[in-house]
Amino acid sequence: MSVLVLIEHDNQSLKLSSLNTITAAKKIDKSVHAIILGENCSKVAEELSKCQDIEEIFISENNIYKNHIAENIAPTIVELANKYSHILAPSSTFGKNIMPRIAALLDVAQISDIISVENNDTFIRPIYAGNANLKVQSKDSKKIITVRTTNFEASKLDGGNTKITKIENKKDAGLSKFLKNELNKSDRPELTSAGIIISGGRGMESGKNFNLLEEVADKLKAAVGASRAAVDAGFVPNDYQVGQTGKVVAPELYIAVGISGAIQHLAGMKDSKIIVAINKDEEAPIFQVADYGIVGDLFKILPELSKELDKIKS
Amino acid sequence: MKILVPVKRVVDYNVKIKVKSDNSNVDLENVKMSMNPFDEIAVEEAVRLKEKKLCNEIIAITIGSAKSEETLRTALAIGADKGILVETEEEVQPLEVAKILREIIKKNNPDLVLMGKQAIDDDSNQTGQMLSALLEWPQGTFASKLEINGKKLNVTREIDGGLETLEMAIPAIITTDLRLNEPRYASLPNIMKAKQKPIEKITPKDLNIEIKQRLKTLEVKEPPKKQAGIKIDSVQELVKKLHDEEKVI
Ligand SMILES: Cc1cc2nc3c(=O)[nH]c(=O)nc-3n(C[C@H](O)[C@H](O)[C@H](O)COP(=O)(O)OP(=O)(O)OC[C@H]3O[C@@H](n4cnc5c(N)ncnc54)[C@H](O)[C@@H]3O)c2cc1C
Ligand SMILES: Nc1ncnc2c1ncn2[C@@H]1O[C@H](COP(=O)(O)O)[C@@H](O)[C@H]1O
Repeated sequence: MSVLVLIEHDNQSLKLSSLNTITAAKKIDKSVHAIILGENCSKVAEELSKCQDIEEIFISENNIYKNHIAENIAPTIVELANKYSHILAPSSTFGKNIMPRIAALLDVAQISDIISVENNDTFIRPIYAGNANLKVQSKDSKKIITVRTTNFEASKLDGGNTKITKIENKKDAGLSKFLKNELNKSDRPELTSAGIIISGGRGMESGKNFNLLEEVADKLKAAVGASRAAVDAGFVPNDYQVGQTGKVVAPELYIAVGISGAIQHLAGMKDSKIIVAINKDEEAPIFQVADYGIVGDLFKILPELSKELDKIKS
Repeated sequence: MKILVPVKRVVDYNVKIKVKSDNSNVDLENVKMSMNPFDEIAVEEAVRLKEKKLCNEIIAITIGSAKSEETLRTALAIGADKGILVETEEEVQPLEVAKILREIIKKNNPDLVLMGKQAIDDDSNQTGQMLSALLEWPQGTFASKLEINGKKLNVTREIDGGLETLEMAIPAIITTDLRLNEPRYASLPNIMKAKQKPIEKITPKDLNIEIKQRLKTLEVKEPPKKQAGIKIDSVQELVKKLHDEEKVI
């Protein structure tokens, strides 16, 4: 049986997380299908049709799918489920919200946030804020899985010409109604796909001081992240939070500024390739995972860093 | 309005857990246990609704070993009125937790279930969504704000791109995110009072629920450790390392 991937998108374009998920699906079975549910989202299907790792794309366009309401998406996926052995989605807030609902309707468990596919019923996933990795075998007939995208490369969009099939729409479950959203627009790369991230913590002291970070981020073409303490204090919006219960990232370079390195924060960034920590407390636990550490005052160090970066660029 | 709050006894969030040397599981021997932090937020939210007279009864429920009674007492000390302990020594996975909760809901008819978005031990982030599917109730997951207007709820959710607000009718399932509120500490008099509050004890069998281990643990391993890095004195040196040696900037 084939594997189905539920595609994450914003009706305009594909989210990169979907391409990581396709790679995970491919490790389970050669035959991977994709489903796109949205409104006026044919562009997403066109984009995805270039992906050679997918055999067939299904698309259903309807207003009820526009805002990814879990109560509307889940029954549609359940209807398709008998053709598939596994159904996958990224473990973004999109996937986390919808997939357990699908699992419960199918009366099977969900395997959350896998970081490795061992074989078609055995997977590895982090538990206890990433302090342990669990190898788990699913005994259910169908496997519902969310995928930690940082552990799987993105499948490429090159040369494919996958068939796109339209499918019937389901009725609105009528349980939840979308009222509004406040999405944070930024010209910077997205946290979960950025090559470089610079994050600030409570040590930044205010939202205004994040300007210092942003200046450096601009020069590095980096995304800006934060600790929970910085979000709770209102310095930056919630979607900046990196950690066990925020976003999991694994860039080439992660710079932690004024962040102590609590386990919950480390859980979200410890797989970064190079970690740099800037903290005035030399005992801060962040230094235990940092490749390079500078002990000192961030208000002195950040402007210096900004200047040094100008030098290497010129 | 009656509110049900499922609470789980988990390793305290400050504990750095160790893996057993035979790789069979994590070592929970002599480790501090507490209420799952997201569930504390759920209890706090229920108590605030009660203080605003929008709720008249809060029932806390836990599924777990006899020791989980402590967790219920904590919920009662924060302000829940009554506790239910579904006692089992077995590991209960999210789908079975959801099925047990469904049975409890059938008997108690709450208008709202307020629960954590994630248990910080298994990090599953599933139970609320599963329960909502089983009951065919609306779900407001990862909530950072909850407004109640009669039979309608507005739920603001923390999503990857920012915030989103949904409208739904009660009964509904809400799962809490960190910004929903800041839980209070239970006062000593309230801790004393909680000892007198009623706790009902039952077993999964009483509810005709069979505990299945759908997900079998094969092995628990410590993740690969990072080599300790080096301290650097100057920013100039740092930039040189990152540029010339690591080639990441
Ligand atoms: C259920 C739960 C979930 C959580 N989830 C997350 C999560 O997903 N992500 C997350 O990040 N946290 C999470 N936390 C919170 C976590 O436990 C820590 O409280 C948080 O990460 C601390 O943030 P911080 O490092 O910015 O603040 P602090 O721990 O207060 O550290 C601030 C640091 O800044 C340094 N500093 C101060 N001033 C300066 C200066 N001028 N120059 C240089 N350094 C300076 C200090 O030395 C200190 O080390 C969670 C907690 C719970 C209970
Ligand atoms: N054994 C349990 N007893 C009571 N509530 C639970 C239990 N397990 C999970 N929950 C609830 O479900 C939420 C999400 O847990 P999980 O899906 O395991 O991450 C928790 O925050 C609790 O509110």
